[in-house]
Amino acid sequence: MLRNPKFWIVVVCLLPLARLIALGFSGGLGANPIEFITRSTGTWTLVGLMVTLSVTPLRRLSGRSGLIRYRRMLGLFTFFYVCLHFVTYIWLDQFFDPAAIVKDIIKRPFITVGFSAFVLLIPLAATSTHAMIRRLGRRWQQLHRLVYVIAILGVIHYLWLVKKDLTEPLAYGVVLTLLLLMRLPWGVVLLQTLRNRLVSTGAWQGLFQQNRKSG
Amino acid sequence: MLIRQPNDILSSEITPLEVYRERRRFMQGMGVLAAGAALGIAPDVRAGIKLAGVRASAYKLDEDQTSYKSVTTYNNFYEFGTGKSDPADNAGRFKTRPWTVAIEGEVGNPGEYDIDSLLKLAPLEERVYRMRCVEGWSMVIPWVGFPLHEIIRRAGPTGNAKYVEFVTLHDSRQMPGQRSRVLDWPYIEGLRMDEAMNPLTLMAVGLYGEVLPNQNGAPIRLVVPWKYGFKSAKSIVKIRFVEKQPLTAWMKATPNEYGFYSNVNPQVDHPRWSQSRERRIGEFFKRDTLMFNGYGDQVAQLYRGMDLKKFF
Repeated sequence: MLRNPKFWIVVVCLLPLARLIALGFSGGLGANPIEFITRSTGTWTLVGLMVTLSVTPLRRLSGRSGLIRYRRMLGLFTFFYVCLHFVTYIWLDQFFDPAAIVKDIIKRPFITVGFSAFVLLIPLAATSTHAMIRRLGRRWQQLHRLVYVIAILGVIHYLWLVKKDLTEPLAYGVVLTLLLLMRLPWGVVLLQTLRNRLVSTGAWQGLFQQNRKSG
Repeated sequence: MLIRQPNDILSSEITPLEVYRERRRFMQGMGVLAAGAALGIAPDVRAGIKLAGVRASAYKLDEDQTSYKSVTTYNNFYEFGTGKSDPADNAGRFKTRPWTVAIEGEVGNPGEYDIDSLLKLAPLEERVYRMRCVEGWSMVIPWVGFPLHEIIRRAGPTGNAKYVEFVTLHDSRQMPGQRSRVLDWPYIEGLRMDEAMNPLTLMAVGLYGEVLPNQNGAPIRLVVPWKYGFKSAKSIVKIRFVEKQPLTAWMKATPNEYGFYSNVNPQVDHPRWSQSRERRIGEFFKRDTLMFNGYGDQVAQLYRGMDLKKFF
């Protein structure tokens, strides 16, 4: 089990939640705990999206197609954190007041886009099983391209909610832009060129041989 | 939650007499202050020092006071960073002495007031006010200070003085947040003359009976309890009496989101979030936001006939 990378991915993905729980018990969530929890679960959702979206470029860069095995788990953890984020909002922030929630979703642009991103993630999570991948065939990939839209909406959601200091949302915007550019034809070529160069210098080779032995 | 109960005992009874006398002596002149500053002797005006001679006032609330810890660690004071804990983390070494407040503009008695003479300008009193942030949270804070009209009366505004403008210190060496262009520094706020003269409008120099902590706007700040928190300018160095409505820092930054009046109003939403409810820091459930933050009896007449949706 300890040699299985999936085990370690689960451990790392649970750390943000563990931290929240630990802070909660030690009174470390600050003066406004609900804001802290909302912020934190939102942040980790964005991080999860970025990490999930970096699997494909990393695969192309390293030539390790096996990395794809971990993508689903990363995606599902992202969905897990967005669920926590959403539950924090409807429970702790709005206290299940349907009228207030509907009004909020319609009237506040940042909530409109955040909510849309959340809703769009549901079919992706629901179709993540092997059975669904087989059943949907080609359409599965088309459906899952929605994640690009979702990530953009997620960053806009953050960008529109801050009062003035745009530094952090813009940082996510830059990372997302890079991740999306790497998917364009010339981005793919660039990754390929980079990989060839690294392989020819031998740096990559050594790394991979070592990995193969230990893996 | 720890609630300190100030003013049960006269502070002169608590402060050792010797220290108390020394402080009185210290406050007796700017000359002494200047000499002290030149010699590098820092006066005893740090946060946590009990303020002497604070009177109780009629401005009390039958609501739980927000803990001292929350009031002093959860702050919006962009001069020290945009994070809520940045001010408490970065304002520790902020120098509040020597400090002067310039009175300028349409007044008969312009001039520079030393902070320690301002502290003696009028009797200090404790006032427990609600504080509602535009972001949707609120606190109940026992401020120490005196009404702004005490300064205005002495300044002697001319007939042209229609508004009062407040300017916060601009010193990026001491205020690291000013190295980033989040706002167009210095921070500017303003009030209409009748708002400034309202008895509720307070110049605060302390909270919980003690010297104002740096992160809360030391050494002197404005407190306008019926307006969103950002109207209450902190660490003030200049008070200008002007004829035209001042262009405040937030109006300059995002004019469609922040208006000049910025009265707490549950019926007028901020373009990006609702203002109908608020989270009182320390409470689990949100509560309804009150019109004029609950101070309608004292201030509603100031806005009679005004469309508060238009003048937000």
